[in-house]
Amino acid sequence: MNLFQKTIVILICGFLSGNGVAQPQNMVTVMEGVYIPLYGVDSMAVKVASFHMDVYPVTNSEYLAFVQKFPTWKKSQVKRLFANKSYLTGWPNDDSFGDQLQPNAPVTNISWFAAKKYCECQGKRLPTIDEWEYAAMADESTADARKKKSYNQFILGWYERRNTYNEAIGSTFKNYWGIYDLHGLVWEWTSDFNSVLISGESRKDVDKDSNLFCGSAAVGASDLMNYAAFMRYAFRGSIKANYSIKNLGFRCVKDVEDQP
Amino acid sequence: MKYIIRHILFILVIPALFTSCKDKNSEVIAEASVTDTAISELSIYNLPSVWTTQNNEAIELKELNGDVLVMVMIYTSCTAACPRLIADMRAIEAQVPDSKKGNVKYVFISIDPATDTPQRLKAFAIENDMDDEKWIFLRGTEEDTREFAAVLAVNYKKISPMDFSHSNIISVFNQKGELVHQKEGLGVNNKETVEKIVETAR
Repeated sequence: MNLFQKTIVILICGFLSGNGVAQPQNMVTVMEGVYIPLYGVDSMAVKVASFHMDVYPVTNSEYLAFVQKFPTWKKSQVKRLFANKSYLTGWPNDDSFGDQLQPNAPVTNISWFAAKKYCECQGKRLPTIDEWEYAAMADESTADARKKKSYNQFILGWYERRNTYNEAIGSTFKNYWGIYDLHGLVWEWTSDFNSVLISGESRKDVDKDSNLFCGSAAVGASDLMNYAAFMRYAFRGSIKANYSIKNLGFRCVKDVEDQP
Repeated sequence: MKYIIRHILFILVIPALFTSCKDKNSEVIAEASVTDTAISELSIYNLPSVWTTQNNEAIELKELNGDVLVMVMIYTSCTAACPRLIADMRAIEAQVPDSKKGNVKYVFISIDPATDTPQRLKAFAIENDMDDEKWIFLRGTEEDTREFAAVLAVNYKKISPMDFSHSNIISVFNQKGELVHQKEGLGVNNKETVEKIVETAR
């Protein structure tokens, strides 16, 4: 199987470029590394393996093409287990996103199940929280810009802007890896969003509530000053997989097959 | 020469790989139209995942239809919350009257499939005196486990090679696989949960 995968990569690689790492279309390679996440494992560094990531979030027109190919994910046909009533709420019908939403704006009001299925049908998958955070800590010139004032100001400035979900993909900055729009347009689903162990309900937000969470003493923010990231984790911890939300979209990633 | 043949073979195989999603989906669509009337939109029986029981048998969730299901996610090497969750499940079972017991199954889903092999789940069941057919211990792939947790709104994270953080939620499903009740927390009053089971079970 390993040889099999390798050969495919070599073949594609040969067809496309003749050398270097195979890079699927509209994806870039994020090189492996180690980072310390906001919610770390006892504040320990996490190793992230190299992966390919979509350069842009999935757009309305791309998602329309998907539901036309896979009708079970159309607005009127999706099962409630997999998407709540807000699913594609801005779309006037099954086969159009209407004239309010831009074709090249990120698709939003998408459930986790829908995002996951979309990626699977492209031969891809959703990124893990670690992969997403790792790629998203870059600014234009640095792989880890989290300590930079400008980096944090950009994100916090975005949190204050309204209706950025309807802006075109590629309208924010191109980061160190060559990826656009990780910050600035929409928040994005991750495969393991439900690994964040903080309750979204304020009444339940008692720190280290050992009744609700087993082993919760081990989960604490390693850098609470990182408010921008804290907001993302709090958001992930508060949503459910069938939720479809106006400012939540997604993009896909893919394994790098021929890691040394 | 051998290599060339192999490469030609791969070129032929690649398109097949890329269409597998489509094939799988059209299958699902065909299947759904047949069983649409039986499985409701909110039923967990819509999930196609295949699980392995403590008796090393493959099972799909929809094979459990017809029974009220009381479900919880645990892992067997857990020493903090899980023993209390197991105790809660046992206490709930004890309060269900004999006339209803035949229609209720208690399902434990492992969040640590790497460690919790069927053999280990079996040993765990025996150890906890839960080795008859109303107690079901399930193990799936990492991905299906993550998906099922998403359905139950159970959050979990591996925090060390041996331990997980996880939310403690007991869920009750009716005979059609629709969620009818959830209780969060440990050792909390289970009166409501029992009432719901009794009300739902035949």
